[in-house]
Amino acid sequence: MTVDESKLDSIIDKHDVEEGSLIPILQDIQTEYSYLPKEALEHVSQRLNIPMVQIFGVATFFKAFSLKPKGKNQIHVCMGTACHVRGAKNVLENLERELGIKAGDTTDDGEYTLETVNCVGACALGPVVVNNEKHHGQMTPIKVESLLSTKPV
Amino acid sequence: MISIKELESLRREIIAGRDTNKPRITVCGGTGCHASGCVDVADAFKSALKSNGSEDSVDLIVTGCHGFCERGPIVLVHPGEIFYQKVTPQDVDEIITETVGKGKLIDRLLYRDPVTNEVKPLESDIPFYKKQMRLVMGNNTSIDPTNLMDYIAVDGYVALEKVLSDMTPEKTVDEIKKSGLRGRGGGGFLTGRKWESTRNAAGDTKYIICNADEGDPGAYMDRSILEGNPHSVLEGMIIGAYAIGANEGYIYVRNEYPLAVANITTAISQAREHGLLGNDILGSGLNFDVKVTRGGGAFVCGESTALMASLEGKPGEPRAKYIHTSEKGLWDKPSNLNNVETLANVPLIMKNGADWYSGIGTGSSKGTKVFSLVGKINNTGLVEVPMGMTLKEIIYDIGGGIPNGKTFKAVQTGGPSGGCIPESMLDLPVDYERLAEAGSMMGSGGMIVMDEDTCMVDMAKYFVDFLQEESCGKCVPCREGLKRMGEVLTDITEGRGRIEHLALIKDLAEMLRDASLCGLGQTAANPVMATLKYFEDEYTAHIRDGKCPAGVCRELIMYSIDSDKCTGCGICLKNCPSSVITGEKKQPHVIDNENCIKCGICYDVCKFDAVIKR
Ligand SMILES: Cc1cc2nc3c(=O)[nH]c(=O)nc-3n(C[C@H](O)[C@H](O)[C@H](O)COP(=O)(O)O)c2cc1C
Ligand code: FES
Repeated sequence: MTVDESKLDSIIDKHDVEEGSLIPILQDIQTEYSYLPKEALEHVSQRLNIPMVQIFGVATFFKAFSLKPKGKNQIHVCMGTACHVRGAKNVLENLERELGIKAGDTTDDGEYTLETVNCVGACALGPVVVNNEKHHGQMTPIKVESLLSTKPV
Repeated sequence: MISIKELESLRREIIAGRDTNKPRITVCGGTGCHASGCVDVADAFKSALKSNGSEDSVDLIVTGCHGFCERGPIVLVHPGEIFYQKVTPQDVDEIITETVGKGKLIDRLLYRDPVTNEVKPLESDIPFYKKQMRLVMGNNTSIDPTNLMDYIAVDGYVALEKVLSDMTPEKTVDEIKKSGLRGRGGGGFLTGRKWESTRNAAGDTKYIICNADEGDPGAYMDRSILEGNPHSVLEGMIIGAYAIGANEGYIYVRNEYPLAVANITTAISQAREHGLLGNDILGSGLNFDVKVTRGGGAFVCGESTALMASLEGKPGEPRAKYIHTSEKGLWDKPSNLNNVETLANVPLIMKNGADWYSGIGTGSSKGTKVFSLVGKINNTGLVEVPMGMTLKEIIYDIGGGIPNGKTFKAVQTGGPSGGCIPESMLDLPVDYERLAEAGSMMGSGGMIVMDEDTCMVDMAKYFVDFLQEESCGKCVPCREGLKRMGEVLTDITEGRGRIEHLALIKDLAEMLRDASLCGLGQTAANPVMATLKYFEDEYTAHIRDGKCPAGVCRELIMYSIDSDKCTGCGICLKNCPSSVITGEKKQPHVIDNENCIKCGICYDVCKFDAVIKR
């Protein structure tokens, strides 16, 4: 992918151009592209004068970052303790079956990315599934199917 | 910039300008209520008030979390503080015309005691709230977190005024020491002592950091405080900065909490506009400002040194503890790290005095603690109780016991570093020492209730899997030890367990505790050891009998259909994802166990309890 350098510069310049801003800058890039394109990381490396190896270290350490593009719809299934004791595993597995992918993957048509998360802070309503930033509480394997408006074939 | 005098007169003006009899509708905007649809309810109120022209005569506010998330969306109607639960947009017109207009109660929206069936129209009468002592969470129900004036009106920043006008930094530290406040982030270290060592550390540049990473999966009080009352945390931080001599602060917020980031960011800019942050705060000469940083989604970053590494733009790996954060913390400068709830307690202490505060709680644990009471419990939500209340009171009197007639098995406190506590110990008062003696810990406040359907070996495996995934991998004992521990637990839950495995688990646990670099690894075996201590019989049932008594571990269970109970409705057949259920309509159905994937869907959907799990 080609990234627009002037757009990247405007993201970078919102922060102090120094090492401590690396994570906030990567977060903004992640928000913009829904992943971290390699070209973008190379540009950040040059601007902040941080070696690529360190940037990759950070980008692969934190769960918030992805080196792969994500689907149009992002589904996060909470696997936190409160959701676990109320059967989150069965909810996740049914989504995996319905979408035909495993957690962490994106459907071939680019419609859905399925991910797990450890607590989204709505524990009282577990099991919780977050569909494109909207929280859905008290999910069951069957109820969760209604979140998939367009099922991949 | 405004002075202390000007802030005081601003407060008087706000209070005088408010008509306490004016009708007010309060919609809970906490995350729990968000998941139940509170945004639609708030929007419906807004447009209904607009269309009937009562925008000016009725106040509408959206607040932070009220705690009783189970019953959301929650709406309070003032005057009278009428408590409505599970409100939908369809109820909005009726609430406005009947309750706001005529003072009439709407029966179906009121809370009904599940045991006595008595109606409780007021929040303060509901058993869930009655036994609580809501000091830190108290203002969550009455202020709009995005409105500084609301906070000022409830005596917000009075503590800061008092500190800056009457107290030296040393005296401030002493007052916190005297109050007995201990850290709410997990360790329970004395806050005053921590402030003192950072104050005494050599150097001109010092930092105060607020830990809002809230890693314990199943706990959400820090989120609710930051979302619902951000200025209370900020006020605590400014007082802390004055006490230790810091000019810069950071708030490190968990990545999954966008609303908390938004509300604290708004609070910071309001505080700057009003001279509560920046140079010469309230004319006192104190210079202090705060930055918000979002976490990257790594549990280990809740650990102090990993958090600081991440603030420096590095992977969040902890370092050895012989270098003290109070001397060499962020950017190698003296730093002080406090949890959100710890900081939110500070203004209360400074306003009401250390003696008042230390009068609440037990000998060594002072004040209140907010718990997230979740899992297999009737009244799920956030509860704030004085230290020393027994687990039984919290779980039964406030939490309303276990749903669906099931029996209580255990409660997990302290998250992945804590342990479970069995029924025989429910009279235990919650207090740092007593929980530790029982093999658990206070932790940050997760309280996850488990019933007879929870498998304790599966729980142990759950925590080990979680920690293995979150281990940063820097030290071998944690990285490899958790992996081996996970393999052993997987063997047990999948029917390959051997009795010698129990000794191996104990060996691994000791090694993790003694040899790991940071708290993650050092405490990682706690959940396993606690289950082994109180529920060894469940381990042996898995190993010797090849059975999972709770019916959780898939390799050890089988589903079948009780032909006496089955009505042949066909719902299981229709929903079975692997099409292994057969049967004629109105005839008992059967499951082909050979090909069953044990997803449990038939068990969930059967309305006649005809599916047996064994
Ligand atoms: C693995 C690990 C994770 C932690 N996560 C958190 C956390 O999410 N929030 C928190 O406040 N403290 C957490 N702590 C504790 C912090 O290291 C630190 O003790 C605490 O934030 C200090 O604040 P306090 O004294 O106010 O409790 C964690 C510790 C460890 C070892
Ligand atoms: S455990 Fe699922 S939202 Fe907290």
